[in-house]
Amino acid sequence: MNDSQTSGAGFAYQVGKLRFQYAHRQGWARSKVNGWTLNGLTFEVVRGETLGIIGPNGSGKTSLLKLLAKILRPQEGTIHLFDAELGVLSQSAVARLVAYVPQDFQQIFPFTIAEMVLMGRFPHHQNRQFLSGFRWETVEDIDQATQAMDMMDVAHLANRFISDVSGGERQRAIIARALAQAPSVLLLDEPMAFLDLKHQLEICRTLRQLNEERGLTVMVVSHDLNLASQYCDRLLLMKEGQVARLGPPQDLIQPEVLEEVYGCRVLVDRHPDSGLPRVTLPGRTGIVSASAGKT
Amino acid sequence: MPVTVDHRQYGKDVAKIPLAPSVEAPHGGSQSTASASLSLLSVRRWVVTILLLAGSSLLILIACLHFGAQRISVGEALQILARAIQDDQAGLASTGSVGVILIHVRLPRLLLGLMVGGCLAAVGVGLQALARNPLADPYILGISSGAAMGAAVAMSLGIGNSLLANSALPLCALLGGLFSIALVYRIASSSGHLPVHTLLLAGVILNAVFSALIMFITSIMDPTSLFRIMSWLMGSLTAPEYPVLAILALYLAVGMVILFSQAGPLNILTLGEEAARSLGVEVERVKKTLFFTAALLTGAVVSLSGIIGFVGMVIPHAVRMVLGADHRLLLPASAFVGGMFLMVADTVARTVMAPAEIPVGVVTALVGGPFFIYLLMSRKNRGASEIFR
Repeated sequence: MNDSQTSGAGFAYQVGKLRFQYAHRQGWARSKVNGWTLNGLTFEVVRGETLGIIGPNGSGKTSLLKLLAKILRPQEGTIHLFDAELGVLSQSAVARLVAYVPQDFQQIFPFTIAEMVLMGRFPHHQNRQFLSGFRWETVEDIDQATQAMDMMDVAHLANRFISDVSGGERQRAIIARALAQAPSVLLLDEPMAFLDLKHQLEICRTLRQLNEERGLTVMVVSHDLNLASQYCDRLLLMKEGQVARLGPPQDLIQPEVLEEVYGCRVLVDRHPDSGLPRVTLPGRTGIVSASAGKT
Repeated sequence: MPVTVDHRQYGKDVAKIPLAPSVEAPHGGSQSTASASLSLLSVRRWVVTILLLAGSSLLILIACLHFGAQRISVGEALQILARAIQDDQAGLASTGSVGVILIHVRLPRLLLGLMVGGCLAAVGVGLQALARNPLADPYILGISSGAAMGAAVAMSLGIGNSLLANSALPLCALLGGLFSIALVYRIASSSGHLPVHTLLLAGVILNAVFSALIMFITSIMDPTSLFRIMSWLMGSLTAPEYPVLAILALYLAVGMVILFSQAGPLNILTLGEEAARSLGVEVERVKKTLFFTAALLTGAVVSLSGIIGFVGMVIPHAVRMVLGADHRLLLPASAFVGGMFLMVADTVARTVMAPAEIPVGVVTALVGGPFFIYLLMSRKNRGASEIFR
């Protein structure tokens, strides 16, 4: 491909004209009824950047992440992961490069946190050998898992059952699993949803540090525009399955842009610490009416 | 246009560079102490557990040889066994009817129980991981009755009557099992996961339909073979010939090796299909492998011993509570415990009302049914609302 020779080396993902819809089953037939969830996305993710994906509910953020992790397959369009077509890479080859942290997660069987984090090492040992599914952890596996648990502050919970810890601790364990995967790209879906303030800050900083020190490409779906604004190099603003805007937080976090996409008026000022844009919803008795823009 | 990516090429900078000390949280301590304190499944623990279970299986086998309409002391039993192993025909003949009972009735029957129980429990482990639910079991999901229908059809067509055809009988049962497993999955699955209520309902319905079909087949059979069919359907271990045992052992070995080869993917599948895919598991392939193996083992077992319920549900659940959820240990351990359980259940079945025998399926249902209800009732307690999601 011409453009991948000129500029491809710098991109983690190149997404072209991506269209996707969920297949809904009705009786025995597969029918597609709900229209396109993602409708013609084209964008590129620069290698080593932190990209925030924001947008209203139902704009296709989670579906996009799942497509990028090869959990779902697109109907149309192309996805290139480090210049290779995602469709032809094996599932484990993708998993060696990309780790995905889902939005919610349930485990009913009594696995410990350490066992769960070690599952992140699975793709590194997948091969065509017949009994590769039955193997023991190597020293490197355990080292990687231990480091990941340390970074996510769950090492002290290593031998507890995953079903016995709190939602925030579970969330940290899942991020640890993703880090144990030693990925080049980390995809996170609402990673801060269950976390307390301290761990929100710690994890944001850890991810940023991994990004800066080890060149980890991070893509994070978040409803928290302020965290996205603080920690992301660029933001991808989605609306109705399409790219509404793509650019640095200073350009996107603006009242007019957000009103156009979200359909409500917000206040934007400067963050007192970093000077980056900060979003606030209008107060109950303030002079800015939230519905003003909605006519 | 490269079609494959060498992960080392891209992952190297991330995977190999040691972490900066500043990244490590204060909690962890040094790596060596942290990894030493992880309670993971070690090779040593695996070997010790398996040896212990194999030893206790042997002990239970020998103990069960003792019970029956005719009491045979353990010492005597061991003596006869030793002679049989040395192929000492004269010595064996001197033991008279006791030797015949032991070698040709009790021992093959116990070995059958060991293998049948092992198969059912191992299949149960696989199905529970796939359904992400501790209630899955070849009996409850209707796989057993599908296999039984296959076997009943084979019998009514007369291809299951000679020893040679004994290898055709499990094949027909395998086809029946595959058919019902495909149906259950098709009915129950919606957009990539298996909601448990529809899974259980699909099993109930298939059980009803297959039972009706089996009854239809038996009703047009000649009355002489009817009794044999009925007692087979209720789930009974009748002492088989040794070649039959050998065929079953072959099925068991193939199925077990396939299941073990999926131990790692099974662990990860318990996280759900999407998470498993993101961790590099080829979910569809693993599912097909599991379905086929479940049908293979269930078919082999059902064609010999009929429908024996609940072993595949109770045993994996109990073993998981004691040994943890890691399928590398859970699979073989459940197989051994399932074998032991069925040997004991069958010994109870043939002694409790001796000389009359009750079908072993009755015993396992009387144990397993209440256990199933207990699991259903305990949903309010241990976060089990997730079980019934």
